[in-house]
Order: sequence, then structure tokens, then C-alpha cells
Amino acid sequence: MTTVDARGYSCPEPVIMLRKAMMKKDAAYTVLVDNAASKENVTRYAEHEGYTVSAREANGEYTLTLKQ
Amino acid sequence: MTLKNEKRNMIFAGLVIGVIASLLVLFGNPKNMGFCVACFLRDTAGALGLHSAEAVQYIRPEIIGLVFGSFFMALAKKEFSPRGGSAPVTRFVLGMFVMIGSLMFLGCPFRMILRLAGGDLNALLGLAGFACGILVGVFFLNKGYSLKRSYALTKAEGGVFPVLTLAVLALLLAAPAFIHFTEAGAGPGAMHAPILISLIAGLAVGALAQRARLCMVGGIRDLVLFKETKLILGFAAILVGALVCNLILSGTTGTSYFHLGFADQPVAHTDGLWNFLGMMLTGFACVLLGGCPLRQLILSGEGSSDSAVTIFGLLAGAAFCHNFGLASSAKGPTANGKAAVIIGLVAALVIAGVNTFKKENAK
Repeated sequence: MTTVDARGYSCPEPVIMLRKAMMKKDAAYTVLVDNAASKENVTRYAEHEGYTVSAREANGEYTLTLKQ
Repeated sequence: MTLKNEKRNMIFAGLVIGVIASLLVLFGNPKNMGFCVACFLRDTAGALGLHSAEAVQYIRPEIIGLVFGSFFMALAKKEFSPRGGSAPVTRFVLGMFVMIGSLMFLGCPFRMILRLAGGDLNALLGLAGFACGILVGVFFLNKGYSLKRSYALTKAEGGVFPVLTLAVLALLLAAPAFIHFTEAGAGPGAMHAPILISLIAGLAVGALAQRARLCMVGGIRDLVLFKETKLILGFAAILVGALVCNLILSGTTGTSYFHLGFADQPVAHTDGLWNFLGMMLTGFACVLLGGCPLRQLILSGEGSSDSAVTIFGLLAGAAFCHNFGLASSAKGPTANGKAAVIIGLVAALVIAGVNTFKKENAK
């Protein structure tokens, strides 16, 4: 499982970071973001790439789990 | 929220925003300028005495409304999240150049759409330049461009910008002698909808734009970067909403709100090359900032200090534009303005290069 820590970054950077990480074609990823727009953008991109996304929020930070 | 719902909300927000922008002209704003974040910040800078161009001085309530529409919506949705610290001085400088590019063209990306919706074909050259600027920005994004991360800040820090905005509203309402307002008939600054209508329009658009994450530069950027169409749907929906409303108003009021062509367009000039280059600078610098001027206002309402600093950069840029004779007029661009746009393009290239091709990966 690869973790992409995109906390502190705003759109479109978290998606670019994830896209780069996805070149490894792992079956699962964890993405950390800290704003709702990034959560939506990462979710949309991951779903488009064929992953299912589950999100957990704590203290304004989101942990997104991506699975193929 | 599913993608389908997100897109539906974006189209709805865009259509409503387009209609509101068109109606603001009916209520008194300059033609094709229901909204223009660059022009309105420039007018506000003039009212505060940061420049002394008497034709463009007015505290635009739409700006205040946009910040508070976003602020209240962010609070309601628990998305108010003060943060900052991502290259603030660089953002200030980029904000200045966004303004210089916008005032070469005479409009921010938002007004560019509204100019198209009013039949101003000069905006097509602006749009072409804007798209080119975004493509250059995307090139650097793909190569690793980043202004590095921001950090969480205190609620107090996040509240400073909304309080400042409130103070500006107080200055508008109290209108003390040191605040400058364009005299009736003396220029676009004197053309405005009643304060309450402008304020409500700003609040509504600010709230809608916050929910939809509307961004004019993000539309073309995300389409190129990720083949993602959500943001560009908002861009298109504003155009359709404003165009249809302009045509309806033209048919029902006896005044023309749609005039197709290049010549004699309101608050515009016909120099295609500089319309192109002005918006190229704006598009490029906006990608480097992560969002258009409207989006910066919305983010500042959500607590972003980085976006608030960008707004200060836009205000300073507006002051320079008029103090140094950089802003275009209906007669066309100025020699100083052309030099400033070239300097801006070079500066943006340097900023992009330095923040892309660096050896260290400082956190």
C-alpha cells in the first residue's frame, strides 16, 4: 500500500501527486488531504481510474482509502 | 456526492451566476461587467486612495459579498479552515501580475466570459491567450511545479480577512471624505447597482461558487491535465446563463445587452495581440496560483491566508496599473502596459522555473 501525503496542498496538486504515485499501479493507496475540495478531486480521479474510495475524516483531515 | 450530482450542481451554479451577472447590468453596473473581480478590486483600490484614476473609484459591494458568501457557506458546511504559509510573497507578486494582465485585456477571466455573453468578440482573443497561458502553466505543473504546502493556522488568523472586508463595507456605508467615489457620468466607477442588490448578488455568487468549487482557470486546466470536465461545465454554464439573460433583457427592455462584433464594445479595446497577451499572462499566473481571482476571493473567505495575500497582490497590482499608466482604456493598450505584460510573462516564467526545477525538495 502506497501512501500519498497531500496535506497542505490544494487543487490540482493532490491529484497530480496521486497520478504520479499511480504509475506504480498498486492495488491500494492511502491518500491524506486536508480540505474538502481536494477530497472531492482525489475521489473523482481515483474512481475514474477504477478504484473504489472510502473516506474517513478526523480534525479536518481526510484519509482516503483507494482499492481496486 | 456522486460525480453526476457534482456536475449537475456545477451547471446549476454556473447558470444562476450567469443570470445574476447579467441582471446586475440591468440594475446599473457597466455593460458586460455584472461581475469583474479584477475591475472591482481596481475600483475598490481607487476608492481607498491607492490610485487616483478618478473614473474607476468605488467600493464594490460584490467583492464584499463574495468573501462573505463563501465565509458563511464555509462555516455552515464546517469547511472554514484557516491555513497559509505556502510562498506568500511569491503569491503576492503573481497576484500583481494577474491584475496587470487583466487590466491589459480589461477584465478578469470571469468578465471575459461575460464579455463573450455580451457579444464582444475581442474576448475570443482573450480566451485564446488565456488558454495558451494555462497550457504553459500545465506544462510546469506536469514537471513538478509547486509552491509547497500550507499549514493550519489559528481561527483568529483566518478571521482577519473577513474582518478587513467588513471594515471596507463600513467605509462604503459611512462614505467618509477620504474615500473616493467616481462622480456621476465620469466613468465606469460611477455605474453601479444599488448597494443592497450588489451585496446580495455577491453573497449568492460567493455561496454558490464555494459549494461548486467554481474556478475559471481550473476548467481548461483540469480538462488538459486530467480530461476532467466538471469545472469547465461551470465556465460554459455562466456563458449560457448570461447570454440567454442578455438576449431576454434586450428583447424586453428596449436597451441592447448584446452587441455582436469587435468595435464599440463597452469597456474594451480592439487590439487583438494585447488582448491575447494580457489574458495569457493572467491564465499562466492563475495556474501558478492555483486559481482565478474569483476562486482566490472564495478561498480567502474559507480562511486561506495565502489567498488573502494574493488579493492584496491584486490590489497592489491595480494601484500600480493606474499609478504607472499600465491599464488599457477603450482607446487601447499603453506602451507602459505592454512593457509590464512582457515583464510579467518573463517573471511568471522565472517563478514557474524556479519552483519546478529545483534541486532541494524542502518541506
